[in-house]
Amino acid sequence: MKLILKNGFVYDPINGINGERMDICIQDGKIVEDVENGRIIDCSGKLIMPGGVEIHSHIAGGKVNTGRIMRPEDHIKNVFPKTGVTRAANGYSTPSTFLTGYLYSKLGYTCAFTAAMPPLMARHTHEELHDIPMLDKGALTLMGNNWFVMRYLKRGDVELAAAFAAWLLRAAKGYAIKVVNPGGGEAWGWGRDVRSLDDPVPHFDITPREIISGLVKVNEMLSLPHSIHLHANNLGRVGNYVTTLETMELADGAKPARERQTVQLTHVQFHSYGGDSWRTFASEAESIAKAVNSKDNVIVDIGQVVFGDTTTMTADGPMEYYLSSLTGLKWSNRNIELETSPGVTPFIYSKHSPVSSVQWAVGLELALHIKDPFNVLLTTDHPNGAPFFKYPTIIAWLMSAKYREETMKEVHRAAQRNTTLATIDREYDFYEIATVTRAGQAKSLGLEEKGHLGPGADADVAVYDINPEEVDPGRDYRLIEEKFARTSYTIKSGEVLVKDGEIVRVVNGRTLYVDAQVDESLERELMRDLDYYFKRFYSVNLANYPVQEVYLTNPTPIKVETGVR
Amino acid sequence: MRYTDVICSFCGTLCDDIEVVVEDNRIVDVKHACRIGTAKFLSSNELEHRLLKPMVRKNGKLVETSLDEALDRAAGILKSAIKPLLYGWSSTSCEAQSAGIELAEELGGVIDATVTVCHGPSVLAVHDAGYPGCTLGEVKNRADLVIYWGSNPMHGHPRHLSRYSIFPRGYFRERGQSDRELVVVDVRKTDTAKIANRFIKVNYGEDYELISALRKVVNGGELREESVAGVPRKEIIELAEKMMNCQFGVLFFGMGLTQSYGRHRNIDNAICLVRDLNVHTKFVMQPMRGHYNVVGFSEVLGWQAGFPYAVDFGRGFAWYNPGETTANDVLQRGECDAALVIASDPVSHFPRKSVEHLAKIPLVAIDIHPTPTTQIADVVIPSAIAGIEVEGTAYRMDSVPLRLRKIKEPPEGVLSDEEIMRRLLARVRGAESGVQELEVRAR
Repeated sequence: MKLILKNGFVYDPINGINGERMDICIQDGKIVEDVENGRIIDCSGKLIMPGGVEIHSHIAGGKVNTGRIMRPEDHIKNVFPKTGVTRAANGYSTPSTFLTGYLYSKLGYTCAFTAAMPPLMARHTHEELHDIPMLDKGALTLMGNNWFVMRYLKRGDVELAAAFAAWLLRAAKGYAIKVVNPGGGEAWGWGRDVRSLDDPVPHFDITPREIISGLVKVNEMLSLPHSIHLHANNLGRVGNYVTTLETMELADGAKPARERQTVQLTHVQFHSYGGDSWRTFASEAESIAKAVNSKDNVIVDIGQVVFGDTTTMTADGPMEYYLSSLTGLKWSNRNIELETSPGVTPFIYSKHSPVSSVQWAVGLELALHIKDPFNVLLTTDHPNGAPFFKYPTIIAWLMSAKYREETMKEVHRAAQRNTTLATIDREYDFYEIATVTRAGQAKSLGLEEKGHLGPGADADVAVYDINPEEVDPGRDYRLIEEKFARTSYTIKSGEVLVKDGEIVRVVNGRTLYVDAQVDESLERELMRDLDYYFKRFYSVNLANYPVQEVYLTNPTPIKVETGVR
Repeated sequence: MRYTDVICSFCGTLCDDIEVVVEDNRIVDVKHACRIGTAKFLSSNELEHRLLKPMVRKNGKLVETSLDEALDRAAGILKSAIKPLLYGWSSTSCEAQSAGIELAEELGGVIDATVTVCHGPSVLAVHDAGYPGCTLGEVKNRADLVIYWGSNPMHGHPRHLSRYSIFPRGYFRERGQSDRELVVVDVRKTDTAKIANRFIKVNYGEDYELISALRKVVNGGELREESVAGVPRKEIIELAEKMMNCQFGVLFFGMGLTQSYGRHRNIDNAICLVRDLNVHTKFVMQPMRGHYNVVGFSEVLGWQAGFPYAVDFGRGFAWYNPGETTANDVLQRGECDAALVIASDPVSHFPRKSVEHLAKIPLVAIDIHPTPTTQIADVVIPSAIAGIEVEGTAYRMDSVPLRLRKIKEPPEGVLSDEEIMRRLLARVRGAESGVQELEVRAR
């Protein structure tokens, strides 16, 4: 199929295109220089960006489904009957797989990564990803509390740890190394947690500091497309910014093997808190932003809070228990043998609550204090801060100081008193919005064919009905919010999927995973160890552990030459 | 041909270490499986016990017919119904369940699984209080206190004790059984209770009271009653202290708790007990799920429609209201005007009033062997055995998903449940032939 998107205002930060009026040509699912006899879509007066890339969102897998099953009240909201094109779909903070695909597509997103996949449950994650239409997808694979990783790193065998990580990505069909509350997940197997980088993990005689530094090294040895994706210790705790700052220092432990960071600190809003009790709870976003600004190897995504009812879910089991003991709301937990310990509990971010109000401000502060938008990516840590379909509201906040001021009036005064948000007058422009919603994500993930519109890129494009010459986002923030929620066109792999905010075509995207190979003798040594361990300590046999390709829609392995030996 | 690491598709324990020897498409040896599992594998040889040919009812009698005619009749029945019920699903693969959900949505029907008559109350309790659990390997590696409540795994899940809970050596439980303590709470001394370190006999129907008494002690209250639910005060306090002082405790519970007096309230209370215990130590719980893929159904329906069972698509979207949309209620109110039953035998197990309605309406039955349900059906379609004759996905009781293997060919002309569902779906949608539609999908 040939397409020409004519005469739109193009924002493509990776190629340095800032609002130029130009044509985008598409052929065979790719962006090309020029095309003959293409179908012309008139985009005059419209804004064109690469398709959105979601880097951290809990959209598929065991704990997402636990959230769905635990909360039927979430699925009587946001109900869409089946149409000639789409399946019946429902759910608010934990949308069904179909709805997840449809809603992302309406926002102009064409690619999404699910945030935390326990390898033992990988088959489940892929079954759900299989049922998420409209998007290319991948899964960040949990390794921060893995017994093999901890054992190999403890004895200083980084090569074997790297061989294991490569094997695990292949077995689980994962895309990157995810680390969640390193050490804390294992401690939660005994109902405990670790509270600093130097707290030893019970029975494993290793510290979170050693796990993180080790995995940074492993990741760069393997030269994986993405850096390690790190959910630091002490999430949501008062005064946790100290731990966050210390954690950032560990990013310098290895040279980046590619043109990207060595650590992506995720949902850092939840890790930027000062004070010494809930009474003195305050923002330390400025300190965190300062550290990010001064560092080359660390980027963050924000994990913005939007007010309302949501379901929190993370592989940080002790944190979910702690949260549910604060709220008294229902609580699910699933310790996963040798690997991790996810938990789920509902939460309501209230404008009347001083803590929620500060949390709201902290996310925006981070986005506005960090200078280079490539270093601060827009996420809500869906659904932890808010459901992902609240992105347009956040975009409007970033683009309009006036909107932030209006909201500030509605929320608890703690947001004014204990944060710097009210003093910031920076407003994002469309170029920066394109960076924090797609270009930055693609760069961080090492996706060379996504997040931009240069020739050779995937023909994933979002067209919004916004005329940047006429609209003043600072003033017309309601319009920004409305238009970013419904694209004029969402085009994926050269096919029009959404037109005027309605789904016109449903497709299955690709599933990306990393195929990294290591030296054969190292692999043999690893398999001997795995064989021994699986027989004794896992509850499934090694042969039944790896995920078969049949579970993936359009499986797309990304070959990585590692040279690890 | 010797197959290793075969997964037994019988119960929710989903053992994945079975060895099977197949010669000339006959299973000649089964190793490691329990007696029930072995019997299931071997039974696939005995074709005289299988359904082999599709049948339709003509002049009151079931007569053999072609697969196409059976599928056409089945599609016709479902399509002309206003509110069909699609029931069963727990003993088949997730792929078949997924296609079945699509069919239910297309038809605007009600879909429900055997969850409704086993751990349905557990699911209702999860809606109330959540679900603090773990995978079974965690139990094997860590648990020093194992409680079975209203459950008799020696009979129902024979290898549960040896693979996951009591007997195996684990990472932190190197000596296996001697590093652990087994407590059984039940209304009678079951075979599991006979090997327990402690058996607590609770009065029939008074589980809720006993859980409440335990919670009182755990939360620091003073138990004044001489005995609760037939258990002396001293024993209750001892048990509560045992639970608080263990390093990793697990509560396995069965139908004795879910389907006795109190039902979901029992489970709700038990979840709260586990939550209370987490203040003192690590404690988790796990329902003893029966059919090998009953968990899978709730998972698939959960991610596709948002609810774990009993979903009515009559409005064009998923509507869930247990007590209204559950299979027995739909049947007893006489609300459904046709039914499809797959991999299940409600005629044997449902209350009489439900079965009476089932007998009145047009019924399509899909199963591997004849059952009382296939006897009263209007269309009978034979299917292949998932995990022996066809591949597929199943979820273990702790939601660990495994890929079922194919180790021998199905009888000639017999399709998988998934394939039957896909063909029915194509016919209901009005495509000329199911096969064509399948090719379109594959592309």
